[in-house]
Amino acid sequence: MQIPYWNKEIETASRQYLEEIQLQRLKETVGWALQTPFYKKKLNKVGISSGDDIKTLEDLKRIPFTTKDDLRQNFPKGLLAMDMKEVVRIHSSSGTTGIPTVIYFSRKDIENWSDLVARSIVATGAVSEDIFQNMMTYGLFTGGLGLHYGAEKVGMTVIPVGGGNTIRQVQIMKDYQTTLVHATPSYLLHIHSILQKNNISLKHLNLHKAFIGAEPHSENTRRKIQELFNIDAYNSYGLSEMNGPGVAFECMYKKDMHVWEDAYIVEIINPETGELLEEQQQGEVVLTNLIRHAMPLLRYRTRDLAFLHSGTCQCGRTHRRLSRIMGRTDDMLIINGVNVFPSQIEEAVMKIPEVGTNYQIYVKKEGAIDKLIVNVEIYSKMFKGTASQLDTLKHKIKEEVKASIVITPKIVLHEPGFLPVSEGKAKRVIDSREAL
Amino acid sequence: MKITQISVFLENRKGRLFEVCLLLGKNDVNIRALTIAETESFGVLRIVVDKLDIAVKILKENNFVANVTDVIAVEIGDKPGGLAEVLKVLSDNDVNIEYMYGFVEKFSENALLVFRFEDAVRAQEILAGNNIKIVTEEEIKGL
Repeated sequence: MQIPYWNKEIETASRQYLEEIQLQRLKETVGWALQTPFYKKKLNKVGISSGDDIKTLEDLKRIPFTTKDDLRQNFPKGLLAMDMKEVVRIHSSSGTTGIPTVIYFSRKDIENWSDLVARSIVATGAVSEDIFQNMMTYGLFTGGLGLHYGAEKVGMTVIPVGGGNTIRQVQIMKDYQTTLVHATPSYLLHIHSILQKNNISLKHLNLHKAFIGAEPHSENTRRKIQELFNIDAYNSYGLSEMNGPGVAFECMYKKDMHVWEDAYIVEIINPETGELLEEQQQGEVVLTNLIRHAMPLLRYRTRDLAFLHSGTCQCGRTHRRLSRIMGRTDDMLIINGVNVFPSQIEEAVMKIPEVGTNYQIYVKKEGAIDKLIVNVEIYSKMFKGTASQLDTLKHKIKEEVKASIVITPKIVLHEPGFLPVSEGKAKRVIDSREAL
Repeated sequence: MKITQISVFLENRKGRLFEVCLLLGKNDVNIRALTIAETESFGVLRIVVDKLDIAVKILKENNFVANVTDVIAVEIGDKPGGLAEVLKVLSDNDVNIEYMYGFVEKFSENALLVFRFEDAVRAQEILAGNNIKIVTEEEIKGL
């Protein structure tokens, strides 16, 4: 098979060559970082006062981690390394949970980022002939504009519809015969339920591929999306602190996401001790951005949990691969003393064919005891008309969840469309204990 | 001579049954027979209606989880022991009933029973052979 590349030399570079690029770019980035009050103080403390103090990649370990709290405490300009005159774009988190996290880009930074997105798109086998409907929110969130710029660079026909308004999304998919979409997995599942409700057959669509991202999801959810739409769905990873989408992307073989190591240095650490972990060991993803001048970030703790592996990929790319995100260090639930990640529950629930496109995890206190309730929508086509079938289904879901997390949940079945769907990231976990 | 029953999944939520009935009523669909199988956290509504196609269409359009099942309706005398007579025939012939429900007709002397059998073909033969009247789809529409 002909493997498509955007930049073959870099994508298939030897480890040694990649590390040379990393070292050279790290020196440069440290130099930029020293222009900011925040990093100047931080780096001087460990004896780094110029980019040339970085002699080998091992020197990275001398640099302390940067956290989201650091970004907040130094809001708005404490990490800005350029004159505002040179800044062409600002992206930011919504700030609904406190002070926003703001990211600055120079023109060159936007170009570098778009180039990585283009590289990611081409790696999936998408081509310039694709009709690309971008369902990610445009605006301060990087998901929409990030893919938009990359897709235009590849030369695809881009439909910048943005998030929401599902009926219109479907109409546009029909009108322009969209071949490729970019959306959160939960939104794609929602679209499918709207297709069903309105009796719209897949025959009227021309969809072949989807890029899914912006929220952690299980392999079973991907499989479900692929089966329901009869398409290929590619997992992607990014965060605005590291520019946005395009940090890591699955290639056409869909076996985890290549991290573009010429642009990012990836480390996996034990989130409690900060100790570096080996490949295959799951921990917190720590990233250093090597391609952003306006706002360098060194050893940024993403709070995302995953592992790295370096086996050869059939596509020939040498950049190591990141597993799907298993959860976040801050979304772990402690239920009656047991650590539970919502992703474990999702994995168990979504592998059952009678389960529909949405579910919700609800935790509450009953006296002193934590109670886990999993609300599950059923898949209408699977309903045979008997209560006993549904009882069996409830039991099956309960057993699957229990086998996965050792806690016995209460399962409540719902009609499709009952559970709330957010048009961006789904709110799948409600912990009412927090209010107590 | 099977007739078609609609099963509707009802999650445990206030007013859900009312919503089904309201929807059918608004679309001029008349319910001929009804039963609810209930469990602790959900129910399954089973209905026989006069306008099957319309009922299925509007239920699905309104996002209800609905499914159709073949059942057999028989007419029996509305008198003490009427049901027992039919059940005796079935029992003597080893015909298994999955579930059944009944209602009284307005305009005749008879009662109507809806059966779901394990083996519908054999059940029909036995019923017919014992002169028990099986109600047709047309008759349901005309009720």
